[in-house]
Amino acid sequence: MLDPAGEATRAAAERLGVEGVQRLRIGKAIELELEASDLSEAQARLELLADRLLANPVIENWSLEIKEGATGAVA
Amino acid sequence: MTVGIVVFPGSNCDRDLRWALEGCLGLPTRFLWHGDQDLTGIEAVVLPGGFSYGDYLRCGAIARFAPILQEVRRFAERGGPVLGICNGFQVLTEMGLLPGALTRNRDLHFLCQPSKLLVGSTACHWMRGYTVGERIELPIAHGEGRFQLEDDELDRLEQAGQVVLRYAANPNGSVGDVAGLTNAAGNVLGLMPHPERACDAVIGGIDGRRLLAAALG
Repeated sequence: MLDPAGEATRAAAERLGVEGVQRLRIGKAIELELEASDLSEAQARLELLADRLLANPVIENWSLEIKEGATGAVA
Repeated sequence: MTVGIVVFPGSNCDRDLRWALEGCLGLPTRFLWHGDQDLTGIEAVVLPGGFSYGDYLRCGAIARFAPILQEVRRFAERGGPVLGICNGFQVLTEMGLLPGALTRNRDLHFLCQPSKLLVGSTACHWMRGYTVGERIELPIAHGEGRFQLEDDELDRLEQAGQVVLRYAANPNGSVGDVAGLTNAAGNVLGLMPHPERACDAVIGGIDGRRLLAAALG
């Protein structure tokens, strides 16, 4: 998938004089706090969110990183 | 016999559309606020250009969940004519009423210029006034108009006559030069160019008139 913003940023890295940047892609990171009774419930809800709202699977890949907190899960 | 014009927070071509449909073509219109759910008396629905919900997350991603669009989805699935222009096209792809997605222009610039187009197919409610192979000119005005779709899916759409408009000189990197696309049933059309800005010879030509005139009748 063509990533014109990533390519423009890679070219700017060269102009800055930083050598060796072969590939630079720009995506997004979304942090959210979720209350759920357990991890699998949290996982299911986050997968639904990621697939149906947060990302568009036609043009974007996504992955989840879940951090369990004392009062809930932070993804 | 009324054309519904959906108005999201951040739409900015809704009034242009009313001017074109009513002022230039004499077709009655009604604004449909994004929170409404009533399509009574509406014969065709147009989703306007602009920046619905600030284009937050992705163009069209939030708009997809607007209450009015749940009704528009049912309307489209019953065969009702639905047109999405620019941001409206982006919304239709997010809704899944049209395939693919629209992303940042290849050269990252917001493009606001006349655009020469080729009519690739007229197998669509909205394209009945045109002929296949015809060259027309409509303005484009978008930062995220690069149509993306997998190659085999694009081939399938082309063979099915769903690619109705192509850029004569691709301005944004869209695959297959796609400027406008219809669904399998031919009642839903999404396009990046702005037909409502080409309905009066004095300001930008009249090549958009036939497209909007197809709304009713």
